[in-house]
Amino acid sequence: MTTTQAAPVPGSAGPSPALEIQNLWKSFGAIDVLRGIDLTVAEHEVVCLIGSSGCGKSTLLRCTNLLEQIDGGRIFIEGEEITARGTDVNRIRRRIGIVFQSFTLCPHMSVLSNVSLAPRKAAGKSKAVAEAEATALLERFGLADKRNEFPDRLSGGQQQRVAIVRALAMQPDLLLLDEITSALDPELVAEVLNVIRELAHGGMTMVIATHEMGFARDIANRVCFLDEGVILEQGTPAEIFSHPREARTQQFLERIIEAGRL
Amino acid sequence: MSGFGIGGPLDSGDLILRSGGRPAARTRFDQSVIRSTLVALASTVVFFAVVGWVVVNSPGWSAVQQSFLNGKVWNESVPDIVPAFATNIQLFCIAEVLILVLALVLAVLRSLPGPVLFPVRLLATIYTDVFRAIPGVLIIYILGFGIPGLGLVGVPSDPFFYAVISLTLVYSAYVSEVYRAGIQSVHPSQEAAARSLGLTQFQALRYVVLPQAIRRVVPPLLNDFIGLQKDSVLVSYIGVVEIFRQAQIDKASTFNFTPYLVVALVFLVVTIPMARFTDLLVSRDRRRYMASAR
Repeated sequence: MTTTQAAPVPGSAGPSPALEIQNLWKSFGAIDVLRGIDLTVAEHEVVCLIGSSGCGKSTLLRCTNLLEQIDGGRIFIEGEEITARGTDVNRIRRRIGIVFQSFTLCPHMSVLSNVSLAPRKAAGKSKAVAEAEATALLERFGLADKRNEFPDRLSGGQQQRVAIVRALAMQPDLLLLDEITSALDPELVAEVLNVIRELAHGGMTMVIATHEMGFARDIANRVCFLDEGVILEQGTPAEIFSHPREARTQQFLERIIEAGRL
Repeated sequence: MSGFGIGGPLDSGDLILRSGGRPAARTRFDQSVIRSTLVALASTVVFFAVVGWVVVNSPGWSAVQQSFLNGKVWNESVPDIVPAFATNIQLFCIAEVLILVLALVLAVLRSLPGPVLFPVRLLATIYTDVFRAIPGVLIIYILGFGIPGLGLVGVPSDPFFYAVISLTLVYSAYVSEVYRAGIQSVHPSQEAAARSLGLTQFQALRYVVLPQAIRRVVPPLLNDFIGLQKDSVLVSYIGVVEIFRQAQIDKASTFNFTPYLVVALVFLVVTIPMARFTDLLVSRDRRRYMASAR
């Protein structure tokens, strides 16, 4: 078990996994949402979390980014425990990007300001540097012509791509995606998923909560099926989607197939 | 607050909504607009003509006219009273700046989370409760006469100073509630998104939550500003010679109420454009919201 406090150089292939979660518990009031999650994600690995609504996927991601206070367990990023007392949460969050289902862009700022805000204010970059980097990122994802638009002038798909770019602008070691296509019109889903595909090919470590089973099968190195707050079953996409062992996983996938989503 | 819904001839929304449409339907549409405008005009003229006739033909009209609308007194008091309004302008402009700052601080303090900060929230809550509960004129009396009465060294004795302080204390309690409503109307996901990028709580508030909150509450803030302008006459009670005090002086020397009507007219001239402007902002905001709601 790793308990070192030293922060490894970001991007270096150290011996520690990118993310390690040990026995994570989280409850809201009387409801235990997470009941002992263990999950390890290696660098450059793409892990998809699947499971019915309310199984704890979103909560797991929010806990990983310290947006929710956990009730028990430990979380390590590249060997550094981030759930230890006295951890600077702002420093940790700069290393972990998260994109939400609702796009949550700031409506009062242009696309460029949205993307460059955190690099300027949280990472302390100058306006010129932050905006140059933001422009380069927007160009890379085909959004350069939108840099001066306000979010409400963009389609849902474009807004979500901007939200992904905003997370990437902090150059995170790990990217968490929380059902990022669930609020989109069906014809806009592909453009967002293509961005994620590109990131996966570029080696970005990602944990993705999704209802897009076809996408999960394509992109994931590993699929975890969450049920009632625990990871009931995990394996390669082929194992989970073609030969699920657990009865609950089989049931869930049957319902997905009935709905025509796989 | 005025300006919501209820379309009448004065609803500023009308001016904007009645445009566009297909060319073929347009002439007929324009005609119906002209017709309804003429009807509104005619009924207004008739209404006010009747009211005017009733007032002018009432038994006491000549006495009332003599004591409230005396042309000679009017002409004599205008040069006295209108310059005195400069004191009111000074008063409510200085107070408004202080109010906007103090109220924002109060609203932010009341919105801070966490059990450690409970005393801060409690104090801010007590402040807003107390100053909204006590009539403004009492605060003006208590501070304006009470504090100089203590006879402490270095404490200012200028009533204008206490006028500014009193109005600031009273109005910042109201305005902080307006700000707080604005802060609460910003969806929590906005703050979560900002925090998830590594911004501190203060940065999230400063760059993400407050800009959105303040934009939403500009119309109610202007509304409170109009209220403040009118309440600036209350400070006449502690001896600040402003427009209302000047009118009282003129009334006392002429035994005539006409100076009060001069004051009323000055406030109408200043306040009505402000109220129209507020309505315009409200309807513009509403349109923008409807345009972006998909």
